[in-house]
Amino acid sequence: MTASGRAVPKKKIRMTGDRIAVSIFGYIMIGLFALICLAPFYLILIASFTPENDMIRNGYPVLPGAFSTEAYALCLKNPMAILRAYGLTAGVTLVGTLLAVFLATMTGYVLSRRDFPWRNGFAFFFFFTTLFNGGLVPWFMLCVRYLGFKNQIYALVLPLMFSVWNMIIAKSFMAGIPAAIAESAKIEGANDFTIYVRLMLPLSKPLLATLALFSALAYWNDWYNCMLFITDDHLFNLQYYLQSMLGSAEAMRLVAEKSGMDLPAVPLEGMKMAMTVIATGPIVLLYPFLQRYFVKGLTIGAVKG
Amino acid sequence: MKTARIRKKDKVIHTPAGDRVISSRIPAGKVFRKHWLLLLMLVPAIVYVLIFCYVPMSGLVLAFEKYQYRGGIYNSPWIGLQNFKAIMIDGKLPGVTRNTILYNIAFIFFGVIFEMGSAILINELRNKYFKKVSQSLMFLPYFISWVVAGAIMYNIFNYERGIWNSISVALGGSRFDVYNTPGVWPFILVFLKLWKQTGYGSVVYLAAIAGMDQEMFEAADIDGANAWQKIRYITIPSLIPTMMVLVLMAIGNIFRGDFGLFYQTVKSSALLQPTTDIIDTYVFRLLINNANIGVSAAVGLYQSVLCFITIMICNKLVKVANPDYALY
Repeated sequence: MTASGRAVPKKKIRMTGDRIAVSIFGYIMIGLFALICLAPFYLILIASFTPENDMIRNGYPVLPGAFSTEAYALCLKNPMAILRAYGLTAGVTLVGTLLAVFLATMTGYVLSRRDFPWRNGFAFFFFFTTLFNGGLVPWFMLCVRYLGFKNQIYALVLPLMFSVWNMIIAKSFMAGIPAAIAESAKIEGANDFTIYVRLMLPLSKPLLATLALFSALAYWNDWYNCMLFITDDHLFNLQYYLQSMLGSAEAMRLVAEKSGMDLPAVPLEGMKMAMTVIATGPIVLLYPFLQRYFVKGLTIGAVKG
Repeated sequence: MKTARIRKKDKVIHTPAGDRVISSRIPAGKVFRKHWLLLLMLVPAIVYVLIFCYVPMSGLVLAFEKYQYRGGIYNSPWIGLQNFKAIMIDGKLPGVTRNTILYNIAFIFFGVIFEMGSAILINELRNKYFKKVSQSLMFLPYFISWVVAGAIMYNIFNYERGIWNSISVALGGSRFDVYNTPGVWPFILVFLKLWKQTGYGSVVYLAAIAGMDQEMFEAADIDGANAWQKIRYITIPSLIPTMMVLVLMAIGNIFRGDFGLFYQTVKSSALLQPTTDIIDTYVFRLLINNANIGVSAAVGLYQSVLCFITIMICNKLVKVANPDYALY
């Protein structure tokens, strides 16, 4: 069963008037909404390739006109900062995703074991944190005051490393794998950790893909933790680098000075758009391949929270 | 002989000498011996949750303290309810609470209409490629960060160069300063939220539609129902249970705002605060900009307690409506 409606048996349907009306209405509404979803990306993309003077005179373009790559050239003139942010984000995403998937599946596996007498107690121990939490302030104070998060890379990894929801998805997925498999392995002499690594993980590939994608997206798009904990611009991740660049004209002027251009000639508007494209690019290019797993994962997770 | 409390799973054996209870409780020592490896596998997650979730709960004492660097969270002077008094004097709490609730109600209400509506319409589409491409496009906004969404907003609504104003001027209209008009922000923010969430949210409804019994439609065909009637009387009623659960879960979080949406688009503009300030942005401002730790913790405590109460009530309601979907 896929969510794209493939479960509906494909048979010849007679097109009567009302069916035609419904489907025309559907094509128009869905088509329109799909265009609205796409439009902003198109606008940002053409704005990033438009010469600065045109934009100052006429505003951001709706249709592509004169073509210029000066904004990108300037963004990449001093590529170290962008490359560093890219590298940092990629590294944090990779490490964080591996840890998050490992933690969620290992915990979920233990709680899915029906012969483990304390599973409900522990499940509640985890689940309670979604019902009540201390909120931002005590958490932030703990991280800054006692765990030394200020300007440390692990401040970008740890906050997103464990999600109770992902753990619950893992638990309900693994509970659906026949217990006999684990039992027979146990008779062969395998211990619980071996069963988890050698049997349960290979049998849970759709789960792993889903959790990896959820986690990777959370890490890649994270700016919040960077904003809270990082002040050193050598440790800015990609989204926060974009945010600080968009936010402060000061940062722009700095880049301009470094690259030795006069202030009025700096394509500030174009640079903002180009930077947005640079920060969004990989995700948008990858997502048609990832979307399938997301749809699958949502259906796994939706069965029971 | 007085026996211990008999638990549900205990086995009771009736003998001529009286009932014998075999306890289902497994002694802790036995569990440790038998399942030590499983317990060990739980340790990382337990440690994580203890540190990052349970310890901060105890940190809520900050709400009753005058925070001092030297004293830290647990040894700063106790000042009772003074932080709460400071909130009363500040007077912003009722406004931000109202905004949080109203925004969430709008997100839930329009979210259901858009998500359910697009799922139903997508299901009616016959062209496979159109269906696939449009669904992919609708999913696209979900994949970008709020930072990028904020940049897109700026591209559209910027006063001097934004697309909105360029088009408006080109059509002979006048410029409209969105960033100085608090009244339009509820519409913009609700639209932006729908833009980002609809594709993703419709997947659950699509799955529910795919799981429906096709015989119902065939029976309706035989009875001569038209396409609109089938949607009205079969598809929508079948989606109601799914909708109820999602809505109740969302209502449980009605006091929690989407910080990224508000922070990245409004950009802490004081002018727009009356219509865009929510509890989460208020707490953040108190903590980061004002460094007023006690007061912000007090607002946070207020939010956590309200959240807890609403979640409990909503879960009760889910249990009544459909026990399978209750959270616990």
